[in-house]
Amino acid sequence: MTNEQLKLKSIEYRQKLLTCIFNCKAGHTGGSLSSVDILNVLYNEILNVSPETFSSPIRDRYIQSKGHCVEVLFVVLADMGFFPESDLLTMNQYQSHYIGHPTRKVKGVEQNTGALGHGLPICVGTAIAAKLDDQDYKVFTLLGDGEIAEGANWEAAMAASHYKLDNLCAIIDNNKLQITSTNREVMNSDPLDAKFESFGWAVREVDGNDVGALKVLMQSLPFEKDKPSLIIAHTKKGKGISFMEDVLKWHHGVPSAAEYEQAMAELEAAKAVILEEQVASLVNE
Amino acid sequence: MTQHIPAVNGKAYKANLEVFAATLERLAASDKQIIAVTSDSRGSGKLAPYGKKYPKQIVEVGIAEQNLVGVAAGLASTGKKVFAVSPACFLTARALEQIKADVAYSNNPVNVIGISAGVSYGALGSTHHSLHDYAALRAINNIIVVAPADNYETEKAIELAAESPYPVYLRFGKKAMDFLKEDNSDGFEFGKGRIIAQGKDITFIATGEAVLPAVKAAKKLASEKNINATVISMHTIKPLDTDLIKRVAANGAPIITAEEHSVYGGLGEACASYLLQNGIHNPFKIVAIPDEYTVTGSQVEIMDHYGISEEGLFNEALKILGA
Ligand SMILES: Cc1ncc(C[n+]2csc(CCOP(=O)(O)OP(=O)(O)O)c2C)c(N)n1
Ligand SMILES: [Mg+2]
Repeated sequence: MTNEQLKLKSIEYRQKLLTCIFNCKAGHTGGSLSSVDILNVLYNEILNVSPETFSSPIRDRYIQSKGHCVEVLFVVLADMGFFPESDLLTMNQYQSHYIGHPTRKVKGVEQNTGALGHGLPICVGTAIAAKLDDQDYKVFTLLGDGEIAEGANWEAAMAASHYKLDNLCAIIDNNKLQITSTNREVMNSDPLDAKFESFGWAVREVDGNDVGALKVLMQSLPFEKDKPSLIIAHTKKGKGISFMEDVLKWHHGVPSAAEYEQAMAELEAAKAVILEEQVASLVNE
Repeated sequence: MTQHIPAVNGKAYKANLEVFAATLERLAASDKQIIAVTSDSRGSGKLAPYGKKYPKQIVEVGIAEQNLVGVAAGLASTGKKVFAVSPACFLTARALEQIKADVAYSNNPVNVIGISAGVSYGALGSTHHSLHDYAALRAINNIIVVAPADNYETEKAIELAAESPYPVYLRFGKKAMDFLKEDNSDGFEFGKGRIIAQGKDITFIATGEAVLPAVKAAKKLASEKNINATVISMHTIKPLDTDLIKRVAANGAPIITAEEHSVYGGLGEACASYLLQNGIHNPFKIVAIPDEYTVTGSQVEIMDHYGISEEGLFNEALKILGA
């Protein structure tokens, strides 16, 4: 996709995930919005995975460690054709498989996550298996920046470099907020780059809400031979909605009808700007 | 009609979680040894106001439950009265070894507070449910396991825990809990079940948030079927009040246990073990969450689905009585 197409996709995903959260009156709004551009680039540009190849042993794996942001994952998986988008109307209802964290009952989901600090160790195991089997599929995980306080991440970080897992890429959605407050105030994890580098990782930083930059960076994986790759994606929690950006309460805030209308209008306006720019550049050509 | 006896600050009944927070705040005002430890969980634990009021009596460890329990053990080793507060699911699974070795085995008297326990988190799914905590902790020596049923039991349990020389695990949920009794003068003690209602035909032994449905089922049985039930709030799962079980079983009436936990290793099996080993053979049924992929839905939908409800317990009673 072109960068413009990717940008339009991100807007579409934001609209759909907000609709999903608004409909079922629950969800992790801020962290889903901050991750949209990352999942967009992963699924549309990087991952070798599709509904047809999902049972292939050599598919790329994406394991969402920050499982609470399930809304963005479900919306993207629906768009990839794993299940009809209308399934999401049953979200959180009695006996629905579409619940508040990823589960393998939903097609396209690799692992049941939601307890933080599990994705990276599972990825290490999967990446070791790829090496053992001489396969070149890649393994990705998305971590929250608050989540990084879980000790299991550091145990896995050590193992990943010990086993030279250059087929593994971890992405930290560095939106600087968790539930209680900022990461700095709750449990300071800075400097993340130096920590992971000292654990033997190849580290890159990027604007995690810039689809173009994400695409270029992810296309250059692995960053260094024999080293696991870490992307520190600087994002905004609540990205794309003026009154949600960097505001703590939107971690699991659910928009009122008026707030929902306004959010959708803001996204429509952002879409119009991109379309206008497209027209302008066509005229110039 | 049960009269609502306010347990805290003259206010009407609320979630046990809120009573926990209010009680801790009250105790912390006069006792500077009280300290809460949280893992990005103070909001879920209703402790944000406490944290503002007593910034020196709260330690935040970030999203790191193992560290939470280890740090709590260290604090308790110096004589502080420590409440380690986090969702029950994470505390009693991820930090189980810290509870076992650092708290129970080393006898650092931490109060391990499992919030939003059982299936309180409803549609957030099984990662967030704690259906294993009684089973896991019953098998660990030197920790008291308690699930208060109403606001009164919660307030008393927190007061006792603050002064307990032994580790205590307390769990409760998020929904508002009605008062079980008009008169609480019988008091509250760890290890002593409370008789909520008395009747000769059948006995419900329940714990935590499963007690209220048992009380309601008993009322329905009385009014619709003229069947009179005894209801016990067995708030302490370990040590179990076997004297009380023996007494209520003496008339041979059927016993139904109810809990928001797996059928394996919880209150029901604890009662069964005692009864069988003491030659007491009343008809017996455990109502709990079966060993299967837990149905999805809200807390109430899940409880209804598995019959941990007024209707479910009413039907179970009729069935066991052949009525
Ligand atoms: C083991 C575990 N502990 C606690 C939680 C509860 N919890 C869910 S989201 C969250 C905050 C996550 O913050 P962060 O990792 O920064 O994610 P984001 O900002 O992207 O939402 C917490 C504490 C959990 N899901 N798992
Ligand atoms: Mg964050």
